[in-house]
Amino acid sequence: MNVRRGSCAIVGAAESDLGQVAPGLSPLDLMAQGITRALDDAGLALSDVDGLFGAATQSRMLTLALREYLGIDPRYGDSTYLGGSSFMSHVAHAQAAIEAGLCEVAVITYGSTQRSDGRSNTRAPDINPYETPFKPFLPSTAYALAASRHMHEFGTTREQLAEIAVAAREWALLNPKAWEKEPLSIEKVLSSRMVSYPLTVRDCCLVTDGGGAIVMTSAERARDLKKPPVFVLGCGESASHTAISNMPDLTRTAAIRSGELAYARAGVAPRDVKVREVYDAFTLTTLLFLEDLGFCSKGEGGAFVSDGKLRPGGSLPTNTNGGGLSYCHPGMYGLFLLIEAVRQVRGESGVRQVKDCDIALAHGNGGVLSSQATVILGSAATV
Amino acid sequence: MIQPMQDPSSPMTESPLETYRRHLRAGELAYQYSEDAGRAVFFPRLACPYGGRAPLGWRISQGRGVVHATTVVFPREGAPYNVAIVELDEGFRMMSRVEGMKADQVAIGLRVRVGFVQDEKQPAPLPVFHPIEETTA
Repeated sequence: MNVRRGSCAIVGAAESDLGQVAPGLSPLDLMAQGITRALDDAGLALSDVDGLFGAATQSRMLTLALREYLGIDPRYGDSTYLGGSSFMSHVAHAQAAIEAGLCEVAVITYGSTQRSDGRSNTRAPDINPYETPFKPFLPSTAYALAASRHMHEFGTTREQLAEIAVAAREWALLNPKAWEKEPLSIEKVLSSRMVSYPLTVRDCCLVTDGGGAIVMTSAERARDLKKPPVFVLGCGESASHTAISNMPDLTRTAAIRSGELAYARAGVAPRDVKVREVYDAFTLTTLLFLEDLGFCSKGEGGAFVSDGKLRPGGSLPTNTNGGGLSYCHPGMYGLFLLIEAVRQVRGESGVRQVKDCDIALAHGNGGVLSSQATVILGSAATV
Repeated sequence: MIQPMQDPSSPMTESPLETYRRHLRAGELAYQYSEDAGRAVFFPRLACPYGGRAPLGWRISQGRGVVHATTVVFPREGAPYNVAIVELDEGFRMMSRVEGMKADQVAIGLRVRVGFVQDEKQPAPLPVFHPIEETTA
């Protein structure tokens, strides 16, 4: 049995505090804050929640910890952990659980204090005896290696990658919640501190605190709630490797497969998508996902973005909250893509609002281009 | 084949990682080969990732290959250094680094040959690569 297009909807979405949060706030505090705000957004209460989904580097038994913290005992839980793409997978799994009657109101959550507590204190190191001795600065080095292939095979330039950072920054300047507040230029990206060639610190995502939650329920229940439902039209999950040295093709990600699955289930094509929220842990990832999700051909991404079409007012609005590059990136960024996609479909994004935004695509990436998951969302008119 | 395949139902006496390291200590770059799939397997493991059912066997690489991807890491402290993915002629890829030239001169397509360096922090020598000039004569 396949899940039904539009059988479920996202009815609540909210960030916790972001950026550098108050001293002593824990990841669970941020999740509780996000859940409370998202339930308020939906017009629901904690007592309505019977499905609990989430992932975090700082809580190994997350749904257990949340049960204790929130004093709830949901019928169904899933702490699938696939890095930044976890939350797109949670949407897919929550849809299956809701359709199967295993739960009715699912919360998907995330929280991280990696800025306040330091990256090395907030995630267990991944030791790989075949890679670690060569001291790759992960994850940046993995993406840099992939970038070297893209540049070699297709002639992609550092300037073209830098345009992606500049576009994200322009969107961030329209978002009061964004971490970055100053304009950015291509020259500034290129002259910033090199991290792992060809990626400078401005090609790499931020290191912030942050969390949030979304609330999902059945289409039937969604119709009576506070905000217009944002329907789940289709999801796709795929993965190709764990360590970068095992990636079968460094310029082709499993987003090709996850995107095909999501488009097929949603019954839409790339041209139907009005806004793209794609995982920009690095400038390169935006480029790869625009290609792999069918917005341009493989290898053409560099030239495709270089006319500024990703920027506010451009023909291909992408990462409209400012992205992981300029808005917020607490380590596993996927949930924030879903939050922004929901707001865009609802028409709540203010000066960042994309016109007639009835279909949004949110794409998550986990590991080092390893796990890919795509979610396509639509307004009531698209169901 | 340098070692008989072990009966998969009997307890392991040496992990795949230890077999790999034992060869490194002998100045050899070992990899596995799937007879069923007809292709090299790397990293060493106990199951064929290409659908084969027979136990994986071990082979010794000639140690020649080509730089498949490359970067220069710029640490906060200390000198920049190379990290590369090398594709060996036997058809497997591994992470390593290219020595004997400037880190930023390492280019995709460069022919390289393996060498082994001692690193006191590591339990076995590390396989690193050096540029080679191919003779066409």
